[in-house]
Amino acid sequence: MSGLPTYASPGQRVWYYSFRVICGLIFFFLIAPILVIIPLSFNAENFFTFTPEMLALDPAGFSTKHYEDFFSNSDWQLALRNSLKIAPVATIISVSLGTLAAIGLSQSHVPFRRAIMAILISPMIVPLIISATGMYFFYSNPYIPIPFYGKVELPFTLTGTYIGVVLAHAALGIPFVIITVTATLVGFDNSLTRAAANMGAGPVTTFFRIQMPLILPGVVSGGLFAFITSFDEVVVVLFVGSAGQKTLPWQMFTGLREQISPTILAVATILIGISILLLIVLEVLRRRSERLRGMSPS
Amino acid sequence: MAEQVLAADGRPLKTSLNRALRRQKLRALMLIAPLLLFILLSFVMPIADMLFRSVENQIVGETLPRTVVELKDWDATSGAEPDAAVFEALARDLSIAVEEKSHTRLGSRLNYELTGISSLFRKTGRSVDEVGEAAQDALEALSPAWAERSAFGGLLGTARWTADLDAWDGEGTAPAFEARPEMAAALPETTRLYTSFANMVGAEGDNPLTEKQWPIVSHVFAQEIVTAETPDGLDAFGQAVFSDVKAAMAATTLDDPKAIFIDVDEDWGSTDVWRTIQTYSPAYTDGYFLNSIDRLKGADGSEARPENEQVYVTLFIRTMIMSFTITVSCIVLGYPIAWLLANLPARKANLLMILVLLPFWTSLLVRTSAWKVLLQQQGVINDILVWIGLVADDNRLQLINNQTGTIIAMTHILLPFMILPLYSVMKTIPPTYLRAAKSLGATNWTAFWRVYFPQSIPGIGAGSILAFILSIGYYITPEIVGGTKGVFISNRIAYHISTSLNWGLAAALGAILLAIVMLFYYAYDKIVGIDNVKLGG
Repeated sequence: MSGLPTYASPGQRVWYYSFRVICGLIFFFLIAPILVIIPLSFNAENFFTFTPEMLALDPAGFSTKHYEDFFSNSDWQLALRNSLKIAPVATIISVSLGTLAAIGLSQSHVPFRRAIMAILISPMIVPLIISATGMYFFYSNPYIPIPFYGKVELPFTLTGTYIGVVLAHAALGIPFVIITVTATLVGFDNSLTRAAANMGAGPVTTFFRIQMPLILPGVVSGGLFAFITSFDEVVVVLFVGSAGQKTLPWQMFTGLREQISPTILAVATILIGISILLLIVLEVLRRRSERLRGMSPS
Repeated sequence: MAEQVLAADGRPLKTSLNRALRRQKLRALMLIAPLLLFILLSFVMPIADMLFRSVENQIVGETLPRTVVELKDWDATSGAEPDAAVFEALARDLSIAVEEKSHTRLGSRLNYELTGISSLFRKTGRSVDEVGEAAQDALEALSPAWAERSAFGGLLGTARWTADLDAWDGEGTAPAFEARPEMAAALPETTRLYTSFANMVGAEGDNPLTEKQWPIVSHVFAQEIVTAETPDGLDAFGQAVFSDVKAAMAATTLDDPKAIFIDVDEDWGSTDVWRTIQTYSPAYTDGYFLNSIDRLKGADGSEARPENEQVYVTLFIRTMIMSFTITVSCIVLGYPIAWLLANLPARKANLLMILVLLPFWTSLLVRTSAWKVLLQQQGVINDILVWIGLVADDNRLQLINNQTGTIIAMTHILLPFMILPLYSVMKTIPPTYLRAAKSLGATNWTAFWRVYFPQSIPGIGAGSILAFILSIGYYITPEIVGGTKGVFISNRIAYHISTSLNWGLAAALGAILLAIVMLFYYAYDKIVGIDNVKLGG
């Protein structure tokens, strides 16, 4: 649809413009709910709708008091700190293990490749409530099953601990790392590693000097996915964590369920800012990756 | 004979190549192994644990081991309550359970199956120490020595054990009970009960010889000694005491647990309670799964629950219908967008793509709160409708806390998951096909419907399955905007885990949901292939 030809009939013209209007409305449906949050978060009143002052663009109708509340309220600050403590560690675990496995998976001869892939992707497919239920049971009483013997109970519990939440989030982030890194590796030219080996580089040198720089964009975007998965995750942390691991989404969830305070809108606006930032980083990475692989940026 | 090709090191080339291949496979597996292990431990085993819990039912057999054995031969259809031996066994099991405080847990477990059992167990637990009072009184009337708290310990325990206890400094747990073999042979059940008593008291850091012992021990002792052989190794005095007690106990009327229990609560005289205990005595049960499909284990096989208790089948069907509705709305809204993006020049398409990717990347909680704020009765959408004049101010639309709210919000959340696969499929359909169709005389509609649409079906399939899988297990959004009518099965699972604490039922519901999702996952793998999952365009 690169424009309307001059010979188009009136009917085609009507259809062409009404199609654009329909698409415009759908785009509006996609984006408006998110954008509407931003001005509402500057509401001077504790309402969730536009006040007459705001519609008249009267400065008295706007204030940053909800933001001040976010930055001074100890509950929100604890939640923010927890989120920032959990997500990076979970990301590091998923990225390091995930990248290694993705490299292994993209070798030419991998036995049971399909089955392994299905298992590794499953945390993304299994509904979060089921993962959360299973982890809640298992982490409160972890054991190692030994076939034909029974089970060896481990003498610690992971529910309500920082480590438990990090492990759970790392598991949830892994599919994203696997998917993005294997996608990058599809375009990877294996003769480069062979050339490096030919010139005397060991496997470790080859990995860090040749392969890593080339697949880095995929690794970073996988890491971003894993980070946002953990940063945004609420169901599992709700079950596996305790009040000490209360994260930002958890605080928002309880706020929404019990008594909704306009501070949530301020937090939401900040999170929207973070997503826009992430989107830009990912786009830059995508272009860089395509350039590195010798494709023209689209 | 063909000459064998040799590799540089002198081995046959074939073996050499095979070896290289094996090494390569091994290396790949070594790279995958750490992650696979991690996922198995942190994700797959928890799921397996959940599946196990959906059939596990060891609590009845563990808490009431004697009762379960005695009850095995009772015929639930006879209409009569079980005989005295079962009540006797129950009195012993309950006496131990009350001290372990496990009878309340068992009560809550069985209460899921028959309402009222929980309070029945609590009530009975408070009166179970009445069983044995008659025996204790008779013993004390015989000799004041029986009133000593150390009487049974001295009779049943070895001299080494009593010496150990006397030497014990009271720190940590007391020395484990050691039964005298001849007593254990003559009075087996008494010894078992006393062992439970001594070890439980000892584990709490108390001395069993100075603690008041359970009345049930005297009761069982009085029963057993009547028929017991005089144990070997007793001196003349011991033998005389033994036969004295034997004679005295034979003449005593002991407590009747059956009468006591039925007196505490007449429910013990009804077959319902006993049938429930009998039905749930095996270590594994399909009861949770039957419950998940609104059935229960009746007197003869499974039967439907009473009408007012049937919730889960309706809820499963509602979850499926709503997920289907959401998927269809996603197709309807996503198809034009994907088509536009696939057919615009790259620069414009990339710009518009941002409008799709921004919601995709925005926090789920942010989008849910946006809808909660927008859909309220005093929210922005109702305000605008009132302002336009479509809706009267006193008759604002109810858009939230019902199915409408869930469907609107979830369609918005899942729309990017539909658009992205559709877009990547449509990108590969050459626009020349449409032009060719038109130049051959097809109308716009025919060209689209007969030529373009069939080629875009793989995209619809991929997007639909993805959206359906994601929506069927959603928890957060329905919980916040769904009210009571717009919730999914996931919300019920969460309720059973955190509020009703019926974990077995939660696990069974989860297992059914998982099975449905796996079915679609399998279909997705067959149609699209999990390797082809794409993220963010």
